Amino acid sequence: MIGGRLLAFLIAGATVALVVAGSLGHGQSGLDMAGARSGTDLLRFSSSPQAAVENLADKIAQRDWDAAYSNLANKSEFSETDFIRDLSGSYPSLRSHASLDSFDVRPQHATADDAQVRLNLRWSTVVGMFLDTRNLRVTKTGDRWAVVWPIVKEPRVPPQVIPVNYLRWDVIYRGAEDDWGAQDVESPHVRIVDMHPVDRGGGVVILGELLNEDVVPAFVTVKATLLAKNGSPIATEDSFDKISHILLPRQVTPFLIEFHNVALSQVDSVHMQPASTLVAASADPVVEIEDQHLNPGPQPSFTGKLLNQSGQVVNVAHVLGTFYDNSGQLIWVSDGYVERALVPQTPLSFAISVPPDIASRVKTERAVTTTYSSNRFQ
Amino acid sequence: MKLRITSLLGGLIVLALGQFTLAQTGGLRLPKTVEAGTAFSIQSAGSGKAVLYIVGPGQVLRRDVQLGEMTSFAPGDLHNAGHYVVVLVGDSATENGAFDVTAAHQPTALSFIAKPSRLPVDLHDGISGVAYVFDTFQNLVLQPTQVSFQLSGVAGAPQTRTVLTRNGVAWTKMNSASKEGAAQFEARTGSVADKRVIQQVPGDPCRLRMNVRPSGQRLALETEPVRDCSGNAVPDGTIVTFTEMYNGGEATVDVPLKRGVAKTEMPAYKGATISVATGVVMGNEIHWGKE
Repeated sequence: MIGGRLLAFLIAGATVALVVAGSLGHGQSGLDMAGARSGTDLLRFSSSPQAAVENLADKIAQRDWDAAYSNLANKSEFSETDFIRDLSGSYPSLRSHASLDSFDVRPQHATADDAQVRLNLRWSTVVGMFLDTRNLRVTKTGDRWAVVWPIVKEPRVPPQVIPVNYLRWDVIYRGAEDDWGAQDVESPHVRIVDMHPVDRGGGVVILGELLNEDVVPAFVTVKATLLAKNGSPIATEDSFDKISHILLPRQVTPFLIEFHNVALSQVDSVHMQPASTLVAASADPVVEIEDQHLNPGPQPSFTGKLLNQSGQVVNVAHVLGTFYDNSGQLIWVSDGYVERALVPQTPLSFAISVPPDIASRVKTERAVTTTYSSNRFQ
Repeated sequence: MKLRITSLLGGLIVLALGQFTLAQTGGLRLPKTVEAGTAFSIQSAGSGKAVLYIVGPGQVLRRDVQLGEMTSFAPGDLHNAGHYVVVLVGDSATENGAFDVTAAHQPTALSFIAKPSRLPVDLHDGISGVAYVFDTFQNLVLQPTQVSFQLSGVAGAPQTRTVLTRNGVAWTKMNSASKEGAAQFEARTGSVADKRVIQQVPGDPCRLRMNVRPSGQRLALETEPVRDCSGNAVPDGTIVTFTEMYNGGEATVDVPLKRGVAKTEMPAYKGATISVATGVVMGNEIHWGKE
């Protein structure tokens, strides 16, 4: 009888213990799975510089600007709006539509009440990932660490009038009811002025340059088909975004087409298919690319600054770098997007990575940019 | 079973062919050719009633006829050119025949294809014109017909060619003029004409030159009016690329021509080399800050 009571008591005790343990465990993993860590303040107090930075990054990931801003050590130096603009941009851009994919925190140096921590924020966008690195100072107040945010204030352009002799092309295409012999607008004449295949990284890469030799703007694409010795097609690919798709008259764009898992030795010839369509386009904005440098080193990069000479805000800028060797031969094409909007008359830096083996052979380089403005056709 | 059906179908075909052969030698008198849209008649032999069918491209006629009499068809009854089969179905026999309907001799419409609609000036045989000659019923007129092509530009004498159609089609090639502008390209046969507009645009820039002057902390760059080798102004919107090389650095800017010139500002670096280009045409080079 006593043994039975003891057993019942043990079972009841074990059940309660398991329920409590299960509840606690579920709470932690649930928060982690949600990726929100909404209970971070409860579960992970900013008891260390690293924890403070992680908490801040969590809030940024959740776009919980109020919570992120309120935990900063230097919030008296700028407004919450400035903080949001720093992270999301003042004007619509890749940054304003990006979501924080992941982050990592790297402590650099620490004393009893002061620390240096590097925060790498990896933002995902529709055109790929971009890295935003912030070197943060973290200070201790009482038993709590807080981040001193190095605010980057986007320049605001003062109110002014920038005169632009607006130049654009509009197109009237033939209608469906027109006679079959009726004339349609002629597609722009484009020409490949340079092209050669390269064996690289277990695949074939086609590099080249395309010229719009017409007097009208063109939307261009380049497709390549690798042909075997018996004439049969091996694979077909196009340049996707490794090209400047809108070409104004006499403008030249580089292009790069990648074929994975194809050896150049298998290829007998390459069939190139440049295509062009007449599109409405604008000759503005004009963007200057200054301070172009190829930076050697273990991770070579091509850097420069974009300067929007027009009065229109550019929401997305795409930069293509073209690299030539000693003999003037095109040896590589790299590209990158600028995640912030390009404000008129304000330089904005860009950086494009270049493969180390290519960088060592580069003699000259050239950058071109394509811009996208949300109000271009308004 | 399958063999039986095949044999039956074969028998029917042989029977039909036999009847066709018989009909060709029968009393059905058909015209050899009929011009589209004209009146014609068919004479049958024998007596009694029958039904006459005329089957052709896109058209079928049915007439109740009295055998031995002439059956008349009004102008416009048959208007599609092509090969027509005639079947006369009587009470006791069927007769077959065939005739052709040809396009009317008088062209009343032209379909004119001119390519390209835009091309550079001074291009030999750069413009091609193809004219298809049709009658009033949109039949291709196969009889050789004279078509004259004329290209008249904004200046100079018009170019004219006269060509005979072959199988209803006439074609020619023309040179683009040396002066830019819209040219009228006309194809004409008799009183029928069709016109296309060919835009003759300036060719590659022939001599590209820029000037530079200081503008505060920067350099103001401006090209001279950009023209092709025939002296035509290269159109606005054409991209001119300025490149500045300095101390291992580089700056570039793609500027569209506006009012015939391209102008921009670039950083001022002593000893910089500034070059200008448009498309694959290079312009002059300026060394800034050097004698």
